[in-house]
Amino acid sequence: MSEVKLIKVTVDGKEVEVPLGATALQAAELAGAEIPRFCYHERLSIAGNCRMCLVEVEKAPKPVASCAFPVMDGMKIITDSPGVRNARRGVMEFLLINHPLDCPICDQGGECDLQDQAMAYGGDSSRYHENKRSVTDKYLGPLIKTIMTRCIQCTRCVRFATEVAGVPELGAVGRGEAMEITTYVEKALSTELAGNLIDICPVGALTSRPYAFMTRPWELVKNDSIDVLDATGTNIRVDARGPDVLRILPRVHEEVNEEWMADRGRFSFDALKKRRLDRPWIRENGKLRAATWPEAFGAIAAKLKGLPGDRIGAVAGGLADAESIVALKDLMGALGSSNLDCREDGAALDGSARPFYLFNSGITGIDVADAVLIIGSNPRLEAPVMNSRIRRKVMNNRMPAAVIGPRADLTYPVQYLGEGPDAVAGVLGGAFGEVLRNAKRPMIVLGRGALARADGAAVLAAAWGLAQSLNAVREDWNGFNLLHTQGGQVAALDLGFLPGQGGKDLGAMLGGGVDALWLLGADAFDAALIAPGTFVIYQGHHGDRGAGRADVILPGATYLEKDGTYVSTEGRVQRGRRGVFPPGEAREDWRIIRAASELLGHPLPYDDLFAIRARLVQANPVFERIDELVPSAMVSASPAGDAGSVGSEPFVPFITNYYQADVMGRASDVMAECARTHAPTPAMAAE
Amino acid sequence: MALQDKDRIFTNLYGAQHWGLQAAQKRGNWDRTAEIIAKGRDWIIEEVKQSGLRGRGGAGFPTGLKWSFMPKSNPDGRPSYLVVNCDESEPGTCKDRDIIRHDPHTLVEGCLMAAVAMNASAGYIYVRGEYYNEGLILQAAIDEAYDAGLLGKNAAGTGYDFDLYVHRGAGAYICGEETALIESLEGKKGMPRLKPPFPAAVGLYGCPSTVNNVETIAVVPEILRRGASWFAGFGRPKNSGTKIFCIQGHVNKPCNVEEEMSIPLRELIERHAGGVRGGWDNLLCVIPGGSSTPLLPKHICDDVLMDFDALREHKSGLGTAGVIVMDKSTDLIRAIARLSKFYKHESCGQCTPCREGMGWVSRVMDRMVEGRAEIDEISVLEDVTKRIEGHTICALADGGVWPVQGLIRHYRPMMEERIAAYKARHAAPVLPMAAE
Repeated sequence: MSEVKLIKVTVDGKEVEVPLGATALQAAELAGAEIPRFCYHERLSIAGNCRMCLVEVEKAPKPVASCAFPVMDGMKIITDSPGVRNARRGVMEFLLINHPLDCPICDQGGECDLQDQAMAYGGDSSRYHENKRSVTDKYLGPLIKTIMTRCIQCTRCVRFATEVAGVPELGAVGRGEAMEITTYVEKALSTELAGNLIDICPVGALTSRPYAFMTRPWELVKNDSIDVLDATGTNIRVDARGPDVLRILPRVHEEVNEEWMADRGRFSFDALKKRRLDRPWIRENGKLRAATWPEAFGAIAAKLKGLPGDRIGAVAGGLADAESIVALKDLMGALGSSNLDCREDGAALDGSARPFYLFNSGITGIDVADAVLIIGSNPRLEAPVMNSRIRRKVMNNRMPAAVIGPRADLTYPVQYLGEGPDAVAGVLGGAFGEVLRNAKRPMIVLGRGALARADGAAVLAAAWGLAQSLNAVREDWNGFNLLHTQGGQVAALDLGFLPGQGGKDLGAMLGGGVDALWLLGADAFDAALIAPGTFVIYQGHHGDRGAGRADVILPGATYLEKDGTYVSTEGRVQRGRRGVFPPGEAREDWRIIRAASELLGHPLPYDDLFAIRARLVQANPVFERIDELVPSAMVSASPAGDAGSVGSEPFVPFITNYYQADVMGRASDVMAECARTHAPTPAMAAE
Repeated sequence: MALQDKDRIFTNLYGAQHWGLQAAQKRGNWDRTAEIIAKGRDWIIEEVKQSGLRGRGGAGFPTGLKWSFMPKSNPDGRPSYLVVNCDESEPGTCKDRDIIRHDPHTLVEGCLMAAVAMNASAGYIYVRGEYYNEGLILQAAIDEAYDAGLLGKNAAGTGYDFDLYVHRGAGAYICGEETALIESLEGKKGMPRLKPPFPAAVGLYGCPSTVNNVETIAVVPEILRRGASWFAGFGRPKNSGTKIFCIQGHVNKPCNVEEEMSIPLRELIERHAGGVRGGWDNLLCVIPGGSSTPLLPKHICDDVLMDFDALREHKSGLGTAGVIVMDKSTDLIRAIARLSKFYKHESCGQCTPCREGMGWVSRVMDRMVEGRAEIDEISVLEDVTKRIEGHTICALADGGVWPVQGLIRHYRPMMEERIAAYKARHAAPVLPMAAE
């Protein structure tokens, strides 16, 4: 980072130091002067068209738009003078003459920038006696509801779609009063970040379709949580009223999601009311019947009591919280089992050292990287927010990017180096190898698609070897990155939820290696693979693949219904708080395991959240470092696997249907509609 | 004392002779071009500064000063560009049109000299879409110049390489604003850019650029040939030179005429345009500088001088010198309402005050034409125009509200009368009351 030159400017008589190149608006904010704005947004390019942020600058002939005006040494800015106030009142009046007075039925009501600013700069009555403009509503897909008459043409949405989402599908047509925001042709926006349009729209023109007419923001109970439907670790706020989650919004976390959020995390919560497991079930005579908790635990105890430890196994799913994972691990240990696996898709993850399974560069590492090679991954579908960060780096700094794997539109230009793992070995010999070698901070991003296959271990070793030969893994930079797809994966690896000494892995457990299998929300594999005769305990929240095969169903809680600890793909430990209570008989997962342990005769030594979190820290000290990136020690070893034995079969996309890629998405009606909307159009034969 | 023929720069303004290169050279164009250019860019800029030439596109910014903002060298490898604004869309203005169709070589030669002055490697002439035939002639003149070795590599034997292109607009008024013109030239929607950065730093394709009006560029060769003091000898100090005036409206002989700056308006109209229809006393008012400038009622017209500063003193402006003369048969409110409609239609829609305000002003003006309004609304209208003025990115909004402000300033009683008359016509009839 080069030295930033500081200059002095005066804002309303108060002197502040700002970096050269800052805008008058930033200087004013630094001085504590609040500047109203509509079109300006920190993370988008500057449009300067709403004219709400006008300020006076000494010696300037007319008021200037502070959002776009660069400061100069010794500049005097006046943010509150009769002239400035008059200009802002004027802008407000102009915005309101054609803005419908439908605040009482507008979903933005209560959190509307226009409404708020009108309190400060609006008049008490209208001087406008002409007809108001009305604008045809546009269709932007199943997530965004449009009431375009309310649009104030700030063009934030256009800039977001073009710059952040990378889909230049929104634009303004028409001129003057007739200017309209539109998609040019009637079609849903093809982005996984569409929901953010709702947040950046300062008025009620773009609102949430599922949230339409639901509630008022002041009626909501707000709880901070973490989105686990991808592994980014997006910070969210769960807005609930009574027992219902009504919406999910992103929270600002500069080092993780900035202020964006992916659509599946934002909109799939209607699954909380669909296909839920809200009471225990027991299979009797081949059929599941509703049961009580004591009955369910009794059935489990009856089965497990006689079994030797090595005939019992457990699989943790990708959405599980760290508390339930450690509880299940402890229970299995108490039962004498080391048959544990958290790689429900069979990915060849190596849990022996943290750098083997983390996104080691960190999400902010993307901002300083200078070349990226993506292997067997489609970050646009697997981590949309992180993909937008890569896009920003590629577009703004021309970071070279290359992909080994299936071709996909990542919203930025990439070179394709090959389809399958055999291309990994050839990278160094090619032109892109030169780019990587010359890069100071090269990044290799390895996706689940590259590991969840027969030669996964070899691919992992090959990629690690590539990173080593590029000297990309060193004290000041680790360019070896694994991009996980679900928020519970890394915690399970951190807790060692992997086959212990002599333990069986997922394949062995499924294939009849155990007589009793405890599935903690594990749904990613085909339940038909479980050997007949295996007693399956399914602990989860949705009647998905695993539940159908279960002998006992223990109703658990979704990530929105429990206090949970999660570790993101970059290794950041974060905690989410319960947004609503789980339905019916369903309970928080670690408590279920704790209760079961009692009946199995091995009571676990923790009775409350504090105790189990202390146990987490004891199991792995990283769990003490909330919201920190704990640097990993350098490892000299390599992941198990023979880099030479990679196959030649092309990588296949790990996620083909973004909207229904997990149990939440599969149960959600909103996601189903999205999937229908975005499904590729079937080719039609000519008649 | 009128401008003598020997001092005219545009000697073929009326198309009496052919526009082509041969005829142009006979008229003195392309004479000693290489010799002048050999004197160097600093000399050219200094000479243009000394001549007192002010931009002819409306704002009247000193041209030499504007050119001096261009970077002296291009260390980062970005080229510099000259952009010529021929998107002449201001109602009441048609001077550039006559230059490019009758005297195009003044412009082409001017482009070369201006390019040398600002070290530009290429020039783009943005021609209004409606000037279809004019654009053809300009292109033909450029082709001729290329064939004669006056453009391209070693242009006119100067050792300087310069390419000149014609680009056609699609007829949007806003594309005459310099940054919108640059956007349009780049293939984007014509919307003005925020300044700073100014085009001299970041202009066309992100490179240093200067946008000049056709007339500004076209007078440069003659200034350099005859010397700055010759040009500066016309007009009042700071308003020097000759200027093409476009006189139209209620005059007997509408015309374009090159005249000395600071000529009295009355003399201009009576000498060149055959006087006001029905005599000077039949004059109602004059819009002196194209539709954007506020009108001047007759008592000001009697003795006002036609130059930047004199018109500014009367809260109007020289603008593009499109003189619109209106006699007493004019429905002045309707005339200004029509202008408001034009600006409403041509607002690009970017800035809130212009986008929303122009429609408001236009609709109120439409009612004012009938008188279907309240007396108070005149003040509201004036206040609205003040809230639009100066609060936008570009000057379209200012130009759009000035005519209305001018009307209210000088003819408020007329508007009040109209409202009163409407009220009288539409007064509720007094109903006969039944006896109880």
